[in-house]
Amino acid sequence: MFIELGHFALTLAFAVALVQMVIPLIGAHKGWSGWMAVAQPAATAQFLLTAFSFAALTYAFVTSDFSLRVVVANSHTLKPMLYKISGVWGNHEGSMLLWVLIVTLFGAMAAWFGGGLPPSLRARVLAVQSAIAVAFFAFILFTSNPFERLAFPPFNGQDLNPLLQDPGLAFHPPFLYLGYVGLSICFSFAVAALIEGRVDAAWGRWVRPWTLAAWICLTVGIALGSWWAYYELGWGGFWFWDPVENASFMPWLVAAALLHSAIVVEKREALKSWTILLAIVAFGFSLIGAFITRSGVITSVHAFASDPERGVFLLLILAVFMGGALTLFAARASAMEAKGVFGLVSRETALVFNNILLAVSALVVFVGTIWPLVAEMAFDRKLSVGAPFFNMAFTPFMMMLGAILPIGAILPWKRARLGQALRRLAPALGLAVALGALAYAMQTGKTAMGPIGVMLGTWLIAGAAVDLSVRAGRGGTGAKLRRMARLPRSDWGKAVAHSGLGITMLGIATLLAWQQEDIRVAQVGERFEVGEYGIVLEKVERIEGPNYISTTGTMSVWRGDNRVSTLFPEKRVYPVAGMPTTEAALDSGVFRDIYLVIGDAQADGGWAVRTYIKPFANWIWSGAIIMALGGLLSLSDRRVRVAAGARKQTPPSGAVPAE
Amino acid sequence: MIKRLALALALLAPLQAAAVEPSEILADPALEERAREISKGLRCLVCRNENIDDSNASLAKDLRLLVRERLTEGDSDEEVMDYVVDRYGEYVLLQPTLTGSNIVLYIAGPAMLLLGLGIAFVYIRGRRRQETAQQGLSPEEEARLKEIMGE
Repeated sequence: MFIELGHFALTLAFAVALVQMVIPLIGAHKGWSGWMAVAQPAATAQFLLTAFSFAALTYAFVTSDFSLRVVVANSHTLKPMLYKISGVWGNHEGSMLLWVLIVTLFGAMAAWFGGGLPPSLRARVLAVQSAIAVAFFAFILFTSNPFERLAFPPFNGQDLNPLLQDPGLAFHPPFLYLGYVGLSICFSFAVAALIEGRVDAAWGRWVRPWTLAAWICLTVGIALGSWWAYYELGWGGFWFWDPVENASFMPWLVAAALLHSAIVVEKREALKSWTILLAIVAFGFSLIGAFITRSGVITSVHAFASDPERGVFLLLILAVFMGGALTLFAARASAMEAKGVFGLVSRETALVFNNILLAVSALVVFVGTIWPLVAEMAFDRKLSVGAPFFNMAFTPFMMMLGAILPIGAILPWKRARLGQALRRLAPALGLAVALGALAYAMQTGKTAMGPIGVMLGTWLIAGAAVDLSVRAGRGGTGAKLRRMARLPRSDWGKAVAHSGLGITMLGIATLLAWQQEDIRVAQVGERFEVGEYGIVLEKVERIEGPNYISTTGTMSVWRGDNRVSTLFPEKRVYPVAGMPTTEAALDSGVFRDIYLVIGDAQADGGWAVRTYIKPFANWIWSGAIIMALGGLLSLSDRRVRVAAGARKQTPPSGAVPAE
Repeated sequence: MIKRLALALALLAPLQAAAVEPSEILADPALEERAREISKGLRCLVCRNENIDDSNASLAKDLRLLVRERLTEGDSDEEVMDYVVDRYGEYVLLQPTLTGSNIVLYIAGPAMLLLGLGIAFVYIRGRRRQETAQQGLSPEEEARLKEIMGE
């Protein structure tokens, strides 16, 4: 009964969404405030109905209701509760329901917190957001209904894919969807502004928090996914340039660009049409991501349910929204005349470079991702585009971005002097070069990537520190530190996020350059050396888990005669799903991870064992989390500042260098 | 989203083996190093976007052994690659060759960068030219902004 209510709520939400898509739009056009006001309660109702429907599906998973097809296909009574819940979105139908739930959540939030918006803009934003919801409600109800019943329910389910039964992955999709779908509200703002025919500083200010929130969620989601791949897939890879990963990475890159260009709109009223375009394209990439993941058109290491019918439907959604928005853009963009003027050397120019580099790198990823499809359809060539290509084609743009970032970040608005900026950054540059040279001297005969990574990373981190110190103005150290502590949170957010990027870059470059690997047959009790560590396989046992059987090795790691740690790498078999997984064991450290994998028993005794020493591995995800924290800091500032802006016109900004 | 990978692995489960196994490794470290490098550029044909070095599939193992066999027989890296491509087609290469239509793939990034820089230059020059003409918001816009921001 509860299930049917959930199904009914979903259908009702679809109907509400249809109303919310049409009525406020007409109201805004005719200037009828009553019609416009329909949007707010409708957005709330839509969200509550969808949330109820989602709760019903969750209930079905929690109680293992095997009369539902999706529950049978993705759950099992023996599965731990956490994974029964995460199983709700661990499949195509449920994840689409989560997706649309987030669409309606963002719509409702825009309704709740959009009090400061002009009524017509608010009505239009909510109408466009609702149009997106309509498309996805239709998609769910017509092609992927999670509430489909089975005529003859089985006694037990087929279990969730064991690879997905992991805490890192349980929360990876919700974050990613919050990010993907968060960009829908930016899209709605962009389209509403195009319909409205005006984009001003205030628009930039409204869009930024939403973009920032979406970007933070994407960052966390991508980092979780990458971390999961690192410890779960058994060889410590953290990024595979897989089409599905690219699908999340492209919106991230474009959202990062949007974040920065919206600042220019807000502060300087320039780059307006470009920002609108980015907002449209960012959501476009989210839709492309959904299409790539769910249509199975582009073969991938982990594409979702591949189903041509669903693929066509998603392609249709993509075509309608992108086609419509871009047509509107072409018709209206010329009306968005830029106001702010700036010199050739200025923060604005630096942000234009930032946007070019981010947009081009997103494009490189996009072209690489769809190239196999294009080559097959247009040129009849069956080929692959994999990691080696992306590493080669993508990395230079990121290096350029890293190289100019600290300079751009400390340039003042309007007009700047490059010489002055470089003088201020001289200590950071000196430190970066010194550490890079040190790294170069310490390694022998390895790629230049390691030292370059150290240099770029240091440059970014030290550059962020210089930025804060410059903002704090002149004076003694004590006074400077006090002023630094009082800097607006958005300044801190910027510095923290930028240094996070530096940490990630350093981690990636050094891990790839300096990782050590050892593959061998280890006899029980015998010690072998990898790098500066000695490793002993002490014993191997068979252990039964709740829904799996495990072969667990006990391995001790030594440095000279000191025991560093004892690790328990596993090989698991999940009998219900009928598949094995490797559970690597890690000793994580600040400067290195020791990564142990146990393989098969060998015919002539001993076990296959793989050992990796991965330098600076944790820096990759720590950097990403620090980036997200920087975003949060900025986000927490903005509300304060919007409110403060209402009281006084110019915020007292410490001692920002004039000029 | 990891479903497909899982599916692939599930299908391969009966043939499950570790990626590179100890028994495959060549005695000569220099040769083994070359084999690893070559393997990183070759696709496991039955997997999705995985190189043969990381793959658990038995076909990947066959390819790894083939690469090592060619290397021990004295082939250069290019000869090994050509040998494999001859048999399995260019689909096996993770980095597409710079030939024919693939040039578009390689040019896309740099070309877009140049185009972007060009447009940006024209735009920024335009912004600079207006510099003397106009400064900041007009009074009406200031008033409007204040009104919007809820003052």
